[in-house]
Amino acid sequence: MIRLENVTKTYPKAARPSLDSVSVSIEKGDFVFFIGPSGSGKSTIVKLLLREVTPTRGKVVVNDRDVSNMRSWRIPNFRRSIGCVFQDFRLLPTRTAYENVAFALEVIGKSQAVARRVVPEVLELVGLGGKEHRYPHELSGGEQQRVAVARAFVNRPLILLADEPTGNLDPDTSIEIMRLLDRINRTGTTVVMVTHDSNIVNQMRRRVVEIEGGKIVRDQPRGVYG
Amino acid sequence: MRAKYVLSEVMTGLWRNVTMTIAMIITMAVSLTMLGASLVMYHQIDQMKSTFINNVEVSIFISNDATPEQITSIGDSLKSDSLVKSSSFEDHNQAFEKFKKMTVNQPNLVAVTTAANLPQSYRVKLKDPDKFADINTKYKDMPGVDNVVDQATLLDKVFKVLGALQNLALVLAIAQGLAALLLVANTIQVAAYSKRREVAVMKLVGASNWFIQSPFVLEAMFAGIIGALIAFGGLVASKVFLVDGSLKALSALLGKVEWSTIFWQLPLLVVAGALVSGVTGWVTLRAYIKK
Repeated sequence: MIRLENVTKTYPKAARPSLDSVSVSIEKGDFVFFIGPSGSGKSTIVKLLLREVTPTRGKVVVNDRDVSNMRSWRIPNFRRSIGCVFQDFRLLPTRTAYENVAFALEVIGKSQAVARRVVPEVLELVGLGGKEHRYPHELSGGEQQRVAVARAFVNRPLILLADEPTGNLDPDTSIEIMRLLDRINRTGTTVVMVTHDSNIVNQMRRRVVEIEGGKIVRDQPRGVYG
Repeated sequence: MRAKYVLSEVMTGLWRNVTMTIAMIITMAVSLTMLGASLVMYHQIDQMKSTFINNVEVSIFISNDATPEQITSIGDSLKSDSLVKSSSFEDHNQAFEKFKKMTVNQPNLVAVTTAANLPQSYRVKLKDPDKFADINTKYKDMPGVDNVVDQATLLDKVFKVLGALQNLALVLAIAQGLAALLLVANTIQVAAYSKRREVAVMKLVGASNWFIQSPFVLEAMFAGIIGALIAFGGLVASKVFLVDGSLKALSALLGKVEWSTIFWQLPLLVVAGALVSGVTGWVTLRAYIKK
């Protein structure tokens, strides 16, 4: 499903690589935490998987497609198979919860009829039934992140990437979001989550890949934060 | 559905940034008016050249002490000259008649001039008006010839002035065009910035580049096309009020500016306006989105 082969990423003007010859393989349906201190290179992995950056050396394979040398016009279509959630939610403030999710469908060419059928369903799934017409500023942080998860999942992606999704949330709300991600994982969606929230990692007991100084220092099934 | 989305985005985009939109349209309009004017002028000058060149004559002036034999021999060699299309002789009296017509407002000048003061000449039309130099070397040293004058050299001066005017209009068009270009680029950047959240989400969920860019590009093209329509209006107005109005006296020199020449500018200006602003918008946005 996801394969990094000896991937090195050095940003321009950087003294040392963010990722240094990293190899890791993730199977379909896996739930993986990437953990490590700030600047360890874990966010670079998300960027590589989304093809926001290309590796300096090595190969990145996502959904059987070699992302490292993908032509730029193929990127949009490639990204439709990946859902993404961020620490800062990235919702459109002038649109309601429903419209935020529908927007993601609309801009990839889905009809309004499809949106009317699918969006209420996915909002129900993330536990926002009845709050479809609230604007982001009328929702709590946890609810906003649920909208973001709904938007990431509405297209039924094969992979869900989550970059510090609980970073802006209190512990209780964080756990609710994790339950939601767990539920999505159970539908067969591969979930890759970057975090430094030890509490969450310890409770979930899923595969943990620890990165330090651009290298993998631990890869443990059912691991803890350490 | 997508068309509706794109169109509504274009309209809100234009309205949100209405001052910039107007600035964009005005610079576009001025630039395209200049372009249109210089194109019309180019057309006119071309037409003038062909009519004038066909009527242009070379005058071979006869010196006052020339003998009748010399005059006849000049006439004979002109008749047998392969460069000459036609030639005619103008004697003192004919020259005087012409002179009186040209100086009808200056009776004093006519009073002191006699027919004998005015030189006799051969009026020669050339098969190829550019071959003046050959004629000049051949005839200027012939006995009885005073000097050889080419009207084309006089016309050249007129054409030079007109050409300079035309170049000026073109330079202004380019300078204004550059300003319009920068304004379009800036407006598109501002528009893209004000919609950066939408653009980020669209990129994230995999909207095609075409889909992300088209509202912005159409916004720019819209301004370009409106600018072109205003420029066309400007050309029509200058035809009505200047060429056919206060500058009508000049039409003898410049030739008539036909309506068809003006109407031809419409498609040219619209295409130029749409293309320039559209491509600028697209390139600007491409750089912006790649970031």
